[in-house]
Amino acid sequence: MVTRDELLTLYEQMAVIRRTEKAAHDLFLSGLVKGTTHLAAGHEAIAVGASAALREDDYVFATYRGHHHALARGATPEECLAELMSRATGLCKAKGGSMHLTKASAGMLGSYAIVGAHLPMAVGAAWSARLRGTDQLAVAFFGDGATNIGAFHEALNLAAVWKLPVLFICENNLYMEYTAIADVTAVPRPAADRAPAYGIPGEVVDGNDVVLVQEAVDRLARRARAGDGPALLEAETYRHYGHSRADPATYRPAEEVERWLKHDPLDLARGRLAEMGVPEEELTSIDERATAVVRAAAEAAKAAPAPDPAEALTDVWADGGAAWRT
Amino acid sequence: MADLMVTQKAAAQRQITYREAVAEGIAREMRRDPAVVCLGEDIGEAGGVFKTTAGLFKEFGPGRVWDTPISEQAIVGAAMGAAMTGMRPVAEIMFSDFLACCWDYLANEIPKVRYMTGGQVTVPLVVRTANGGGLGFGAQHSQATENWAFTVPGLKIAAPSTPADVIGMMASAIRCDDPVIFFEHKGLFASKGDPAPPDHVVELGKAAVVREGADITLVALASMVPVALAAAERLAREGIDAEVVDLRCLVPLDVSTVLASLGRTSRLTIVEENPYQGGWGATLVSVVADEGFGLLDAPVRRVAGECVPLPFADALEERVIPTVDKVVTAVRELSAY
Repeated sequence: MVTRDELLTLYEQMAVIRRTEKAAHDLFLSGLVKGTTHLAAGHEAIAVGASAALREDDYVFATYRGHHHALARGATPEECLAELMSRATGLCKAKGGSMHLTKASAGMLGSYAIVGAHLPMAVGAAWSARLRGTDQLAVAFFGDGATNIGAFHEALNLAAVWKLPVLFICENNLYMEYTAIADVTAVPRPAADRAPAYGIPGEVVDGNDVVLVQEAVDRLARRARAGDGPALLEAETYRHYGHSRADPATYRPAEEVERWLKHDPLDLARGRLAEMGVPEEELTSIDERATAVVRAAAEAAKAAPAPDPAEALTDVWADGGAAWRT
Repeated sequence: MADLMVTQKAAAQRQITYREAVAEGIAREMRRDPAVVCLGEDIGEAGGVFKTTAGLFKEFGPGRVWDTPISEQAIVGAAMGAAMTGMRPVAEIMFSDFLACCWDYLANEIPKVRYMTGGQVTVPLVVRTANGGGLGFGAQHSQATENWAFTVPGLKIAAPSTPADVIGMMASAIRCDDPVIFFEHKGLFASKGDPAPPDHVVELGKAAVVREGADITLVALASMVPVALAAAERLAREGIDAEVVDLRCLVPLDVSTVLASLGRTSRLTIVEENPYQGGWGATLVSVVADEGFGLLDAPVRRVAGECVPLPFADALEERVIPTVDKVVTAVRELSAY
């Protein structure tokens, strides 16, 4: 069971992520973030709870909705916001943008914007760990929509047949972009119900409860490290915003939205902390600290320079260049 | 005389086939570097459907030669994940037509991840595949697909034409820190050539002048190299002296060798198996027009495949892909210009 101090740390991480997403939203509205963003406000407990159960040398692969995973794995709000604002100091030198936040040095091996594509990559990273004789784990976070992609099924089968240390963690937020996942999926649990077809455990967890997520991932991770193979965890959650910036999410029933907003991951953690005897003032001071951190990060990112246009022709090849001919 | 025949026979025995060269090239790298591992369909004990991995399973075992399900996305996606985390995987996609099944990885994931992460990630992997027509496999097992890869920035593309080049370029491809698509031509698998000396390495992006000539430059790739050479021999009998350049790689593209050859010959014909529409020859021609216009004494010609799916019957297939006759005809016309 998580300790008081551990849960306080998890709460603070979630508080920083929530405010970073709010900052991204505000910066988009003020014209400082171009393109689009896919905010993960509401999903914080999955990234934070899972990361708490992982080691620093484990590998994480995420989707275009991956701000929370990058932040949970150690990317700073400043480098994330700088990336969103196309600054030279961005996490990916402003070549990736919102959908591709990556911090390889922290084991965050990328955010991939083709739905489901990164699941086989996570299998490969787990295979690599086996080949190199380490007990590292690979984790693929993905949405419910990815469960209907071919790569999902190919990845699960290969991971199962090779018995690899990989965890597939589905963030089921009930909507595949704009469409209810239930309307386009043959089984009620889009991820967990498919696990038996590959002979692996498929579990469901309240994805808004950081403690339950941490416990589930810890248990499945131990199992995978011990050589017992992959597992699939379906974490139920809800997006606070629409699919992307263009989407006001009016297709969602008001009572459903209300029900889920009352089941907020930060509120749930606060409730648990209150039960542990943490005074309200301590939580308020954490909130204030998170607000200050994100505000300073946004200001620093705004002040950072745009990338040198010459950077456009670097980083294609391992030698740093982009030459395709002699 | 008898001695000479014995010598010739011994020399012939020392030659190796293109298909043997594939396995030999991989084996040399696997012996050299424990990070090199293979995965693909039927590549293990079966030795590959084209026997291009024969012997690897026996020498290196199931820990380094992994049979996969028929799951091209998982094969290439897993190879990518392994390459990102310290291994040097060599993935086989059986027929190059099947690259389409994992096209997302080849077009969207593998070539872009280094760039879009600002250089944080390297992907040192090789995807090997049997390419091209000439064997009557029909429209879904015969395409020359190197142009698919050629449209995507971030992929290196090798397509050797001789057994020694297979070995030397396999060494370069596997040692390369960038992703390489390695096109083995199935029409060449049974062809023989000189063996490669120990530690033979052919740098990627270096074309070879495989026949010197003064009158016209023929640029060819993979199975079209022997076609161009045979055409050059026929043309020599007519007094036309053709130089033949084996391009060997599409990326990096050795434009320098082509322009230097044109400096000697002033005429150019490109021989490519793939359809004319969108073929790599068009890019090469555009570079020549841009940078080598002053070297030309005649228009350029592209002898390329017809823009139809590859048909089954020999007579139909021959009508579609370049032949020695078609090359000879094109060169004759150009020489008279």
